[in-house]
Order: sequence, then C-alpha cells, then structure tokens
Amino acid sequence: MTTMTVNDAISAALAEEMRNDPTVMIFGEGVATKRHDLLAEFGPARVRNTPLAEGIIAGTAAGAAATGLRPVVDLLFAPFLCYAMDEIVNSAGKLRYISGGQFKFPMVVLAMTGAGWGVGAQHNHNVESWFVHSPGLKIVMPSTPADFKGLMKSAIRDDNPVLVFADIALGYSTGEVPEDAEAIPLGKAAVRREGRDVTLVSYAKTVGTCMAAADTLATAGIDAEVIDLRSLKPLDEDAILRSVAKTGRLVVVHEASRLCGVGAEIAALVAEKAFANLRAPVLRLTGPDAPPPASFPLEQAFVPQADAVVAAVRSLVAEPATA
Amino acid sequence: MTIRPLDPVQALERMMLIRAYEETLIDLHGRGRAAGTCTSVGQEAPAVGVVSALTADDLILTNHRSAGHLLARGADPGRMLAEVMGKQDGYCGGKSGSLHISAKELGIVLTSTIVGGELALATGVGLSRTMLNQPGLNKPGIVACFFGDGAATEGRFQESLNLAAVWKLPILYVCENNQWQAFVHRKETMLADGIAGQAAALGVESAVVDGNDPLAVFDAASAAIDGIRRTGKPFLLEAMTYRLRGHFEPDDQGYVDKAELAHWRDRDPILCLRARLEREGRLTADAVAAIEARVRATMEAATAFADASPYPGLDALTTDVYA
Repeated sequence: MTTMTVNDAISAALAEEMRNDPTVMIFGEGVATKRHDLLAEFGPARVRNTPLAEGIIAGTAAGAAATGLRPVVDLLFAPFLCYAMDEIVNSAGKLRYISGGQFKFPMVVLAMTGAGWGVGAQHNHNVESWFVHSPGLKIVMPSTPADFKGLMKSAIRDDNPVLVFADIALGYSTGEVPEDAEAIPLGKAAVRREGRDVTLVSYAKTVGTCMAAADTLATAGIDAEVIDLRSLKPLDEDAILRSVAKTGRLVVVHEASRLCGVGAEIAALVAEKAFANLRAPVLRLTGPDAPPPASFPLEQAFVPQADAVVAAVRSLVAEPATA
Repeated sequence: MTIRPLDPVQALERMMLIRAYEETLIDLHGRGRAAGTCTSVGQEAPAVGVVSALTADDLILTNHRSAGHLLARGADPGRMLAEVMGKQDGYCGGKSGSLHISAKELGIVLTSTIVGGELALATGVGLSRTMLNQPGLNKPGIVACFFGDGAATEGRFQESLNLAAVWKLPILYVCENNQWQAFVHRKETMLADGIAGQAAALGVESAVVDGNDPLAVFDAASAAIDGIRRTGKPFLLEAMTYRLRGHFEPDDQGYVDKAELAHWRDRDPILCLRARLEREGRLTADAVAAIEARVRATMEAATAFADASPYPGLDALTTDVYA
C-alpha cells in the first residue's frame, strides 16, 4: 500500500497505462507543464500542452480515438465542457451509432468540479447528469484515490468515451492505494458501510458526508448502509436495489442540482423496481437550482452536509413502517 | 513525387455520375421514397479534382454535402441510395441517412453534419497519422477535410488550422466556397469574398482555385498534397464554386438572385468541361452518349439495389451505441 493523493493517483494510472500501451497519450491546457513526470518519461509527443480551446481539444481527441489512438484530455473545469459539448456529445457520443458501428472512440475526458475552492459558478458546476443523458458516453465520479486510479485505468482501456469528473475538494485528499492496483470495472458501485435500516446512495465528495452521517446515526442506534456509485453510467442498478430490498429506506445525496439530477433517476428506478420494498418515501438531498456561489459559507450551504443527512434519515426512520 | 495526370474524360464521367446520383435522389424524394437531402449540384469539380489527387492510404472527412466526395472515391451508389432510404445495406446500416455517410473501407471517416464538426475532428485524424508514423509501421497517408464557407465562419475553423499549424499535422483543408450558408448568401456574413486570406495569419499556406474546373483543382490539390507529404504541414485550398440548388431538397430557391444563378449555370462544371473537350477534339458525340448510357445503367442498377434492400430489423434501434 502507498498513501497518495487523488491527483497523484490519476497521474499514476496514466503512467501505468502509457507504459502498457504506446497509443495512450494525454493533452490539454497545461498538461505538459503540470504533469512533468509524465513529460519526462514519455516525451513531448505523448504529453502535450494545447491552446486554450476546449472544442478543438475534445474534437482532436475524438478524431484521434477513431483512427487508432487512446487519447486522454484534461479540460480543467467542468463548466468549460460547454465549449466542448458538440465534440463530446455530437461527435464522440453519436458517430459510432450514426456510422452503423464503423468507429469507436476510446478516449477519456478529465475535468474538475465541486465546492471547495470558492472559484464560483464558471469553474464549479456539477454537470454530470447532462452527460448521463447523452447516449454513447460513460461517466465516472470516484471518491477515493484507489478508485481514481483503478477507474482511470478502466476508462483508458474502455473503447467508449469516458468522462472522469474529479471533485475539487478531493484533489489533495489522501488514501491508501495498492501498489499493484488492478483496474476497477466501470459500472460497479462500492458498499462503503453495511447497514440494515437505511440506504444512503452518493458519489464523489458527498460519500464522505454520508459516512460521517452514518457515524452519527450509529450513536442513535440507526444502522445506515452507504453506497458509493463510482460510475454514474453505467449505473449499478443491482447494488442499489439489493440494498433497498434490505433496508426499505433510501436517501440519495449529491452536490449537483436536484431537478433531473442523478438522484431523480435513482428515485425513479427504486419506484419502478423496488416499490414493494419501500417502507418510507425516497428522499433527495442535493444542491439547489442556483449557480454555485464563490463565498465560502454560501458555497458550503450549496452542498448537502452531514447534519442534513442525519435529519433526513431520522425523519424516515421515525415514520411508521407500512409493512 | 510524380503526379499522375487526371484523365479529363474520366473526370467528366465521374462528375456526370455524381450529378445523376443526386438527380435520382431528388426524383426519389419528389415521389416520397427518400428523405430530403442536401445536394452538391454544381460543386462536382472540387470533389473529383481533390479526391483524384489522393492515394488509397489518405483519409477523407466530409460533411452533409458528401455525395461528390463519396462517389469520387469510388463509393457504390447503390449502397449510398440504400443509406439515404434508411435501408440495411446502406453504408451505415440506415442509421445515417443522407447527412453523415461514412465509409471507412474507402477511407471516408467521421462524416459530420454539424457545420464545422469535421474541422474539429480532422486535427485528431491528422494527429493519429503523425503518431502512428513510426519506424516499422506503414507510413500513413494524409488527411483531406472538406468544408464550406459557412463552416469557415465557425470558431472551429481558426482553432483547427491553428492547432494543425502548431502541431504540424498533415491536413489538406479544402474549402468548397459555394457562396451559400444554408439560406444566407456569404456576402451577408463576411466582408471578404473568400476565406483563404485568413490562413496566412495562422501560419498556414493557402491557394485559391477555380472550383468549377476539375483539372485546375486537381493540379492545385496535387501540388498542395505533394507539399504536405514533404513537410508534414497543413495547407488550405479554397475552391470558388456555386451551389446550383437549394440548401436542401425541396427548396424553391426563391431567395436566390436570378442573374447570379444564371451566371453560375453558364459556368456549370460539367457543361464547361464537356464543351472544352469537344472543342479540343477529345470527346465525340458518340463518346458522350456512351458515358450517358453507362451512368444511366449504373443509376438504374443502384436504384434497384436500394429498392430491394430491406429495412433494418428493429433491434438495430439500440445496437452500436457502445463499443
């Protein structure tokens, strides 16, 4: 085991995959400047800085992916993906289907998002559900250094476009990462804590929030199960349904806005496939329908906090069981 | 390298086949048997001139007016018609329709109907040509990217040329300046008569050619391609031509200046080349009749093939979304 940050775990995954496959390369704004270890090992042809032009970066990745390379591009902050929306959604996401399967797009798009740096709404906006709604794409949003490394490896090896969103608040967080970490398959959730009374489903930084809430709930005798989705698409439906079948209660927690967010999809999934298991209404704790603010107290207020998760669970457990 | 000459009679026949294909499509649409389509009537010369100057290893990116590029490359008009009619034997299994036909087996890749989309993808295809050009591997060809004056008003035009120049990507940018940007004349959207003047500011060499003369286009493209193969640097070739029909079928062209249309009809590339070859004694009336008969037979067989092709099975609705 080695202790490393999320940022270092991403670089470690890149280095291992670049060693294993000469077609893997990375480019983006400041990539060669910031990831100098990669530049030193793999040279300026495979580790490149680019102009500040997200559209052409993403389009270049899609064109290269379809014709023999496995590019990884760093677009820095998630709101900048608006400039690259056409290339990611209309080209990388659709041209395989449109062409009747003639092309594949083994590419990875990296971007940071989330509260923590007070950078305001044009650098922090959790837009993951936009891409979940777009066919042909996969979306990964890990919460630990080990998962970042393992899921980055799978994302690079995958023959489809994969978006990897890195929560800004997690970038310098540390965790144990196995030396010989295997790739972690996309679409598999992790049960972070087992419990009998309520299921907390989350991803990215709010997984930690749910773990903290679960600790508090345990002192009150409420046993919460915490599921870290890790991948938003493919979504591990079985993991969610299995847990709800056991607990009968579900709270979905994420930082992204509520309306048509991932939580809405999970609530619908459970309503359709596990209605009989539910002993209480499904609750969502999410960010509001507002641009994320810069001011620290406002930014923190935007994100669901542990005491809110505790209160939500208490409201459910207090309800009389319907069974 | 030696440039093989273009046989003008073969060029004429290829242009006549493109015209006949699109007239067949217009007829099928008029009878409700094919969806509306964007034709390249009047723009056959850049397609035949440029594509004839490429080799089999070179890759082509095109757009929604792609019939000329496909047929100049030797595409089967039966499979093209089947694609437009949504049939199983189309190049894309009916999932493209007329607007984004790719034929990887012919080196026609990633056809995009998002205006400017092809420009953002071309740099990636150029990058893979460069990265895969390693000792022991076959030397990959160059990339030809066809777009219009409308696409040149998109920001991606500058982004693409700039990155291709900075990274020395082997791309022949071919602007078919057909004077029309959907329903708007280019005089309404730009002050210059053409776009080639922008290339110098980005460090890209360029040339302007009579886009209604396939022999002149061939010579200009051959010289440009020779330079790209020697230097690896991109080149912009602007072919001045005219869209003789509307933006799509049907379109009554009520918005088109009658005198301007008449002027360009007199410069129809097929009529002009034919008259020139007859004047020079290189084409007899019998030879023209023989070409017309061959083209007619080809299109009759193509239509019969497309008619006989079945629609795709409904399971195709959700195949080829992911690799």
